[in-house]
Amino acid sequence: MTRPASNLKISGLQFRRGNRVVLDGIDLHLQSGAVTAVLGPNGAGKSTLLSCIAGLLRPERGSVELDGTSLQSLAAMQRARRIAFLPQTPEIAWSIDVQTLVGLGRIPFHGLSSDDEDRAAVARAMSRTEVAQWADRTVTTLSGGERARVLLARVLAGESDWILADEPFTGLDPSHQFEAAELLRSMADQGGGVVLTIHDLTLAARIADRVIIIDAGRIVADGTPQQALTPQILRDVYNIDAQWLDGANGTPPTIAIHGRATRS
Amino acid sequence: MTARRWAIPALLVLVVVLAILSVAVGRVTLTWEMWKAQDAVSRAILIELRLPRAILGVLVGASLGLAGAAMQGYLRNALAEPGTLGVSAMAALGAVLSIFFNIAGLHPWVLPICGVIGGMTGMAALFVLSGMAASVLTLVLSGIILSALAIAGISLALSLSPSPWAAGEIVRWMLGGLTDRSFDELTIAAPLIIIGCIAVLGCRRPLDALTLGETGARSLGIDLNRAQWQLALGIGLIVGGSTAVTGVIGFVGLIVPHLMRSLVGSRPGALLVPSAIGGAALVLAGDIVVRLLPGGSELELGVVMSLIGAPFFFVLLHSMRRKLT
Repeated sequence: MTRPASNLKISGLQFRRGNRVVLDGIDLHLQSGAVTAVLGPNGAGKSTLLSCIAGLLRPERGSVELDGTSLQSLAAMQRARRIAFLPQTPEIAWSIDVQTLVGLGRIPFHGLSSDDEDRAAVARAMSRTEVAQWADRTVTTLSGGERARVLLARVLAGESDWILADEPFTGLDPSHQFEAAELLRSMADQGGGVVLTIHDLTLAARIADRVIIIDAGRIVADGTPQQALTPQILRDVYNIDAQWLDGANGTPPTIAIHGRATRS
Repeated sequence: MTARRWAIPALLVLVVVLAILSVAVGRVTLTWEMWKAQDAVSRAILIELRLPRAILGVLVGASLGLAGAAMQGYLRNALAEPGTLGVSAMAALGAVLSIFFNIAGLHPWVLPICGVIGGMTGMAALFVLSGMAASVLTLVLSGIILSALAIAGISLALSLSPSPWAAGEIVRWMLGGLTDRSFDELTIAAPLIIIGCIAVLGCRRPLDALTLGETGARSLGIDLNRAQWQLALGIGLIVGGSTAVTGVIGFVGLIVPHLMRSLVGSRPGALLVPSAIGGAALVLAGDIVVRLLPGGSELELGVVMSLIGAPFFFVLLHSMRRKLT
């Protein structure tokens, strides 16, 4: 299943919290069919940027356009059908079963899709994330990693063009991190647009097609992982000594962090 | 836990049985023979006393159960309820003030409308005090503040009360019951309560979406501002309308959704209708118990509900104590 190409055009995005400028003129053109990783130190504005792209925050200046239509002019439900968002600290308020939770991802389609279509979409999302075996289990009985997969299934159930995920790998063990990363990767391979914020440099280098590094609300690097994650940029942004190590015999790269940079 | 298909039909049967019992049982037990004999007295008891009482029981119970389930869903907290969080007390304050300022007699609608205004003010104050993502602690504290304020206002109205009649009326509100309510009172309360129920039922999807938290719900395209005002309006109408006629009947909205979760699962939107049916059953049952208790005068329903509800609240809080620390 491949989907038609979609693009998100972000121009002159500015956002302020109180007097603090969080986003200071962000221009970006995002294409579907790729995984875009947004990196940057804590407080750089990654989450704010993602929330603006998801239409959850209204920028002070600038615009976000989805295939040429301003997000502000789209009805919230319309927007939600095309852009799914996984919050940084997902909350599950009630002890509902896995199937019901994944089904919440179909809320934007109410009145547009039949119950059968909804059920089919939920089943597809559950089988892709391999959570179908827990369909009737209560989410509160699942481990953290299992729950993260279920929440990812909820996001997939909307079968939206775009998935924006705010630090989707936090709290997952390395194996589950790779599992979740591969799932998002396969979303992009099928034509979907995936934008995620991430702190793990190696993971970013391995799964992203494009890496965007922001610092103090501005884009400081934008390109392939190899172009963006250079020792110089990492030193400037994170104040660390780090090094890109190509894997031997075509195995994936690693970014070795040697320690905090000694400013000279 | 998947929804049990038999739950709703079984609850409906229960409500019908209790409604029939509610019409038949009392100081005079009405039998089928008396009805067939076209006895004027039993007819009067049925139509003037028992029928309005049973209908009011269904209406008030259903709407309070619904209001409780909706508040719990919105605040994502199983301890939320109009009674325990002071919304009912605020509605009572509104009604009491209309008696105190002697405007209740101007028109039959004045008192219920004042109750509704009180209820809506209570809801709005609760939202402002506790915010959306309220912890149990802030929520309960907000409830304490609201209740304390409303009770102080009622006490003030009582002690400054212009006439013994007004004082007596005010006391009647604070007890809460279905006794001696007529069709006139029913016809005033019913439209308010029904409009409130429709407004609350319209919030099913926002309530479902809120399972994923505020951000989760907004990312699913939910307009939370609208949901909040629709709920404040709906619950204000329900609590104001029912309080104006029956006084404060607490704990229905606390007990019923909790019981229903084990029957139909915890999805907030799916909990609304069963909680309404369960609320009707609980209030009817409570009102029948009130009539069967020995003693010269009937105990008011509000008192019975609190006697059942407060220990229930305690047990619920006890079972949640690990979450609270």
